[in-house]
Amino acid sequence: MFGLGLIKGLSVTMRHFIESFAYDRNPIKFFSLKGRYDDEWLEKRQAVNGKGIFTIQYPEQKRKISENFRFIPMLVYEESTDEPRCTACGICARVCPPQCIWIQRATDDRGRPQAKPGGFWIDATICMSCGYCAEFCPFDAIKMNQDHELAYANRDEGMFYNLDRLLQPVTYYAELHPTDYAREEAARQAKEEAKRKAAEARAKAEAKKKAEAKKKAAAEAAAQPGEPDDLKRIEGIGPKIASVLQDAGLKTFEQLAATDVDRIKQILEEADPNLLNLADPSTWPRQAKLAAAGKWDALEKWQERLRGGQDS
Amino acid sequence: MAVDLEAIEAQLNEAFPEAVADRDGDWLVVEADQLQEVATHLRDEMGFDFLTHLSASDYPDRIEVVYNLYSTRPDQQGPGIPLKVRLPDRNNPRLPSVTNIWAGANFQEREVWDMFGVRFEGHPNLKRILLWEGFEGHPLRKDWHEPYYEQENKPFQSRWPNPESPRPRSAEQRVRWRANVKYPAGFDPDPEKWQPIPEIDVLPGDKIDVNGLETDRILLNIGPQHPSTHGVFRMLVGLQGETVTSVYPVVGHLHRNHEKIGERNLWTGMMPYTDRLDYISPMYNNFGYVVAVERMMGQEVAERAEYLRIITGELQRAINHILAIGFLFNELGAMMTPMLYGFTEREHVLDLWEEASGARLMVNYYRFGGVSRDVSDEWLKRCREVTERLQRKIDEFEFLLTQNEVFISRARGVSVMAWQEMVRYGVTGPMLRSAGLPYDIRKVEPYSIYDSFDFDIPTYETGDLYDRYRQRIAETRESLKIVHQALDRIPNGSIQAGKKTWNPKVPEGELYSRVEHPKGELGFYLVSDGGTNPYRYHVRSPCFVNLGALEAMSVGHLLADAIVVLGSIDTTMGEVDR
Repeated sequence: MFGLGLIKGLSVTMRHFIESFAYDRNPIKFFSLKGRYDDEWLEKRQAVNGKGIFTIQYPEQKRKISENFRFIPMLVYEESTDEPRCTACGICARVCPPQCIWIQRATDDRGRPQAKPGGFWIDATICMSCGYCAEFCPFDAIKMNQDHELAYANRDEGMFYNLDRLLQPVTYYAELHPTDYAREEAARQAKEEAKRKAAEARAKAEAKKKAEAKKKAAAEAAAQPGEPDDLKRIEGIGPKIASVLQDAGLKTFEQLAATDVDRIKQILEEADPNLLNLADPSTWPRQAKLAAAGKWDALEKWQERLRGGQDS
Repeated sequence: MAVDLEAIEAQLNEAFPEAVADRDGDWLVVEADQLQEVATHLRDEMGFDFLTHLSASDYPDRIEVVYNLYSTRPDQQGPGIPLKVRLPDRNNPRLPSVTNIWAGANFQEREVWDMFGVRFEGHPNLKRILLWEGFEGHPLRKDWHEPYYEQENKPFQSRWPNPESPRPRSAEQRVRWRANVKYPAGFDPDPEKWQPIPEIDVLPGDKIDVNGLETDRILLNIGPQHPSTHGVFRMLVGLQGETVTSVYPVVGHLHRNHEKIGERNLWTGMMPYTDRLDYISPMYNNFGYVVAVERMMGQEVAERAEYLRIITGELQRAINHILAIGFLFNELGAMMTPMLYGFTEREHVLDLWEEASGARLMVNYYRFGGVSRDVSDEWLKRCREVTERLQRKIDEFEFLLTQNEVFISRARGVSVMAWQEMVRYGVTGPMLRSAGLPYDIRKVEPYSIYDSFDFDIPTYETGDLYDRYRQRIAETRESLKIVHQALDRIPNGSIQAGKKTWNPKVPEGELYSRVEHPKGELGFYLVSDGGTNPYRYHVRSPCFVNLGALEAMSVGHLLADAIVVLGSIDTTMGEVDR
C-alpha cells in the first residue's frame, strides 16, 4: 500500500517523541524545578539501554567523565618533599607532536644543571591533548589533567601555562586517575622492594669483600712501604693540591680511595681555604679507586665526561 | 593471488622494449615518454584497470611521480603494480597526464602540480587545487619553507634543554605575520583589489543539452559556508532551468599541509594528526597509519591489540555509516530526525572511546605494535551491549527509512553509475560496492587479522542513491557481526609487542599501504630515509578522490538531487583538504 512506509516511519518518530517525555524526569518530582536536573534520571536516560531524550542541560548538569579522560598536561609534585617528580629529562618536550612544551633545567648556585625543572611552559593553545607526554614520561611526573572548562580573555596570559600553574599535588592526580595511580604505585613498590633486596645482597657481599681486602692491604702495607703515586692524574688535582695531599699522608691511590670525601675537604681547608673553591673532591676517591685498580681506560673516559661538566 | 612483478616486467619489456627502465625495490620505473602506452597496455591487456593512488616525492636530484595500479579482475585482485616515473629536471618537470586513461587521476594530478610543480601535459584543467592562486611556491618541495619555519625536523632544539629565558614565546609572537609571507610575482594581496579567477572560466560550456528549455544558463555558487556541504566545501553549479549541467568542486578551505607537517614530525608524532583527517572516524585513520608503518618496520603486533583494533575499527565503521545515513537524509530534507538519532548512537560509541583511549574524538589510540592502553572486562561487556544496541537501532533505522515512499521516489534511479565507470573515476568504498563490484580491501588484500573473521561483502546492483543507502545499512550489519566475533574471541595478554619507544627508527624504504576505511580506500605512501622522521608522507584520502566523480554523478539531475549526491559520497572535509 502506498504510504505504508511513511506511516511506519512516523510510528518510530512518535514513539521517540512520547519516550522523550516519559523518561524525561522523575514522575514524583515532575513539576518541581529541581526535577529537571535529576542526576538519577539522567543516568537512566544515558545508559546503554536507556530511552528518551539523550541530551543534558549543560551548565546545570554535567556529564560524568571517564577517569581516563585526558585534556591539558599537569606536573605532579610530592607533597611530602614539595618537589616535582620531573627531572627535566626532556622526553616530553621532544615527543610532543606540536612542540608545545618548553623545559629549562634548574641550576644550582654554582651554575651546574640539576635534575629538576627550572622553568616549564606549555602553550595550551596548540596542545593537541594527545597524551604522549604522560605516556612516555619515565618518572610518572607529567600527567593529564581533566580540567576542560578553560576560557580566558587573553590568549598569551591565560593559555600559556607556566610551572606554577602546571604543578598539582600527587593526591589530586590520585583522585583523577585512581586506577592508573594504584597501578603505578604498585609497580613502584615492587621496584623498591626488589631494589632493597638487591642492595641487601650487595651489602653482604661487599662486607665480605672488604674484610678480605683489608687483610690483603694490611699484608701488602707490611711488605712494602709504598711508593708515592702521581696524584695529578686524577681530574681536579693540580700540583698544589697533590703536594698538600701528600703532606697529609695520602701518598698512593689506594690511600686516597679509602679516604672519605669530607676528610679530603678537611685536609684541603686546613691547608688553604681557597683550594675548595678551585676544586670539588667529591669524585676523587672513586677516581682513585679506578686508578689503583689500573683501569686507566675507564678512568680517562669518565674524566672526559667530567670535563664536559655532565657528571657530578 | 600475489602479483608476480618479474613476470609483469618481462611482459612489459616484450611489448615496449625500452619503457621499463629500471627496478627500484618493488617499484617499476617507467620512462616518462612511454607512460601513456604502458598505462594503456596495463589497463586494457593486463587487467590493471584501477588507478587508486597517484602522488610524487621530491629528492635532491629528481622528482618521482608514483602510480599504484590495482585490478578488479577476480583472479588478480589484491596486491597491485607500483609504477614510478623519474623526472630528473627539477626546474621544469613534465610528463604526460593519464587523465585520458583514468579520469580519477584528475584531482590527484592537480594536487601533485600544486604541491610539487610537476606539469602534466594534456591535463584538462591543471590549476592549483588545495591552495589558492596567491600562493608562492610548491610546498612539498624540500627547499620550500613555511612562514613560521623553525627547523627541518622535530624535535626542535629551542624546546629543551635551553629554551629562551625568562619565558619562551610562540612563533606567532616572535615573527609578525606578513613579514614572512611571499606572494607570486605581480600578485597584489590587497583584499580590496584581489579578484578571484573569473568563475565563468571554470565552466567553459554546458556538458549536456537540455531540450525544450529556453532559459539562460545560471551559474550558482553553493558554499563554502552552507549547511548542506558537509563542512567548508564550495561547488560552482551550472544550471539550465533546474537541471544541473556542470559542477565544479572547489576544495582546500581546510588545508593545513598535513603532509609537510608529517615530514617534519616524528613517526610517532603523526598519530594524533591522523585523527584529524577524517574526524568522523578517527580510529580507522589510526588503523591505516599503523598498518603502513608496521609494514615498513616489519613490526609484530600483540594479539590482544589486534583484536582491540578490529573491535574499535569496525565499531567506528558502523557508526560512520549510521552518521552518513543521517547526513544523507539531512540533505534529502528529512531535516534533523535521522541525523540526531544517529548522533545519539554515536554518543554511546564515543563514551567507549573515552574510556579506552582517553578522548572522545581525537583518540590517538593505536601504537606501532599495539594500542595505547588496555581495556577492562567491564569495557568489553559494555562494548557488547552497545553493539547489540546498534543492531537494534539499525533495524529501527530500516523500519524508519527503507520503505519511506518519499525517499524511494527521490533516491531510486538518481545518480546511477556503473561500476566500470566508478573504477575509471577511482571511486572506492561503499559506493563502488553498491554498484555491484565486491571490492573490499579487507577481503582482497587482508591486513591485520581480518582473514580470520567470517563476514560477507554485500553488494547491490545499480549504484543509485537508494543502493548506496542500503549498502551502508548492510555494511553496518557486517561490521557489527565482526565486532561480535572479536568480542567472543579476544584473548588476554599484552597489548604491546616489543618495547614501545617514543622515537622509533623506520628502515629505509618506500611503500604504499592501503586499508578499507569506512569511506573508501585510505592509503599511506611513505618514504623513509632510515631516520626518526618520514622523508615523505602522503595520505591518499578516499573522499578527495571520490569527489572527482561528483560532476559525473550529478550532471543531468535536478539541483536538489545534486546536494543529495554530495551527501551520498559521504565526505569529510578534514580529509579532503588535509
